[in-house]
Amino acid sequence: MSSVTMLYAFLLYAAFAVLLIGVLRKIIIYARTPQPLKIPTTPAPVTKAGVVWRIAKEVTVFESLFKASKWTWIFGWIFHLSLLLAFFRHLRYALSPESFLWPIINLEIVQSFGKYAGFAMVVGLLGLIGRRIFVDRVRYITSPSDHFMLLLIIGIAITGLLMSFVERIDVIMLKSFLLSLVYFDWNNIQAMPTDTILMVHLGLVITLMFIFPISKLLHAPGIFFSPTRNQVDNPREQRHVQGWTADDSATSKPV
Amino acid sequence: MADFDVPVLKEYPVIPVIQPGSMAHLSPYKSKPDHNTGIGFPGELVDDWHDKAVAKIGDMVKNSRALQVFLDICVKCGACTDKCHYFLGTGDPKNMPVARQDLLRKVYRRHYTFAGKFFGALGIPGFVGAADLTKEVLDDWYTYFHQCSQCRRCSVFCPYGIDTAEISMAAREIMDTIGIGSKYNNEIIVKAHKIGNNLGLPEPALVNTMEGLEEDVKDETGIDVKFPVDVKGADVLLITPSADFFAEPHIDGLIGYAKVFHQAGISWTLSSYASEAANFSMFIGSGDNLKKQAMRIRDAAMDLGVKRIVSGECGHAWRVAYSFWNTLIGPFDFLDPNYPVPQHICELTHDLIARGALKIDKEANDHRIITFHDSCNVSRASRMGNTPGGQFTIPRDIIKSVANNFHDMAPETIHENTFCCGGGGGLLTDDLVELRVKGAMPRMEALKHVIDDHGVNYLTAICAICKSQFAKVLPYYDHPMDMIGSLHQLVSTAIQLGDKE
Repeated sequence: MSSVTMLYAFLLYAAFAVLLIGVLRKIIIYARTPQPLKIPTTPAPVTKAGVVWRIAKEVTVFESLFKASKWTWIFGWIFHLSLLLAFFRHLRYALSPESFLWPIINLEIVQSFGKYAGFAMVVGLLGLIGRRIFVDRVRYITSPSDHFMLLLIIGIAITGLLMSFVERIDVIMLKSFLLSLVYFDWNNIQAMPTDTILMVHLGLVITLMFIFPISKLLHAPGIFFSPTRNQVDNPREQRHVQGWTADDSATSKPV
Repeated sequence: MADFDVPVLKEYPVIPVIQPGSMAHLSPYKSKPDHNTGIGFPGELVDDWHDKAVAKIGDMVKNSRALQVFLDICVKCGACTDKCHYFLGTGDPKNMPVARQDLLRKVYRRHYTFAGKFFGALGIPGFVGAADLTKEVLDDWYTYFHQCSQCRRCSVFCPYGIDTAEISMAAREIMDTIGIGSKYNNEIIVKAHKIGNNLGLPEPALVNTMEGLEEDVKDETGIDVKFPVDVKGADVLLITPSADFFAEPHIDGLIGYAKVFHQAGISWTLSSYASEAANFSMFIGSGDNLKKQAMRIRDAAMDLGVKRIVSGECGHAWRVAYSFWNTLIGPFDFLDPNYPVPQHICELTHDLIARGALKIDKEANDHRIITFHDSCNVSRASRMGNTPGGQFTIPRDIIKSVANNFHDMAPETIHENTFCCGGGGGLLTDDLVELRVKGAMPRMEALKHVIDDHGVNYLTAICAICKSQFAKVLPYYDHPMDMIGSLHQLVSTAIQLGDKE
């Protein structure tokens, strides 16, 4: 096994472990932290089903962002949709031919649009970075790390596009390498193609995976736990106690 | 009139260019040691304030999912940056919701995230938006967390629902914990704990005032409308902001409630022990004080043996009542289960009108051309009625039932998009007049349009703070000060008491 293969095998495992454990840890923290008071932003749904619908709209069409800023919405939405398509398209490198997901991955929309999604992704990301540079208010609140993350993903998209359209790599070889990792086939890890462009692409992806659980990228799991969005508006009908409001919920005696 | 520039009202809303530091000079008076110790906090800035404040942040994120999630997940997308009335009125970038949050978030990141610790150790915490808690940062906290009215407008537009109100409440709690409080809020909470209302109005004075009102209404209408205090066995305990007892235009609203109760034949009472709907402990984010203040109401209700609790016109008080009472002082199993607890006075009046229980002469309000200001805490932190948005339809339905001339302001400035009056969240103090005037700009702009287009001469509000704030700031924008009024003042004008029976 070449040292490149070994290095990437190790980094991919490490990055995946950090991503998985890091995000799971945060999800557990979010789930376990009490929300002592009812604070849904109203008008809010009065049923649990209504809340599911509210959050579904937030995560699929970014309803609140649409109300707030059409430019941020269009760039952000294009980026996230492209990301979703690219993700599904990439699954073919990591799934065995027997996987139940193949019907989804083989969809025309995933394979054809997914291929070009990289372009849309770059457009969306450039729009978002443009806002950080040209809108004075957004520039004011931007930290270097905000630019860094956008550039990182732009780098991933561009190297991906280059492999699709300019400098093709041996995808059969890549797939056997990745499958040997996915199946923990440690005695027989297949060699990774050593094209520079692939090494850069994977290197950036690994960096992103390491960063995810320690950065604002936690917005992905976090939105599901946002009390202003996920609470049912029923404080009069159903008594809510949690955390400190549950600790001493014994109410005082009449005067 | 003012030693600052009053914003110019424009034809169309314009997002200002940022002007860093333009409001850095303005913060409210700090509280005296007595006021801090009176509500369980150290009297003065403690020596180890840095460590205590940092520890308090860690403690708070463990006990509030909202805070934990909100501090973690903001992506700095900028969706909120043009949504705060204080930013729109001042251009100070630290009045952009995200920048205000970041004042606290950067310290959280520095001490409670791997990224902040790592880059902090490298000496470049700013790379990941982290920063140490210095005296300058603490000063910024005091200044800019007292330039937030906790109106939640930003939370409507945030793609993750991040609510700056939660952050500013937390920040004020942290500051109180290390001995820094605002005089206006803490002094009032001490009074409310001691006497039962924000004004410090004792029982004899309350009774006296209510007797005066009975005489006034008798003189005006010839009818014996009662303003009962501490009547055991009354059906309804009315919990209303103490401003309703004294202040203009609030008092005409109280007269309206009394007339509604009178005509509907509902026996009611005020309580001299719990003579305040307002609960300023929410503004300073103090759970203990919030509960302690609210508990007076449960105790009074049990003591008087009432069947229902009705809440008067007050924004944040309705949030506390509607959203928090059941949690803090429930369950209300000792009250009549046929009525919601608490019930808003507008819900009660709305029901009575729908049932035809009130005799209304709409033409009595024909001299008024009316618009309605949605108060933040009613609009974005509570509800009326059984369906979402009832807090918008019910007050408007009442107005349209008692008056003929009604015009809404622009859609982007009403309902859940409403602009704060500029004086909410514990900022209704003379030391912050400049902020209050500038923060009122977006509302004043929308109001000007309905004045110009429809000749509106009556601005209705259902919040004691809104009413006081508008009475103060309307003249700065050349609107008549007395155009602000209570919703129940309109009811009071239209209701025909005499010949009902």
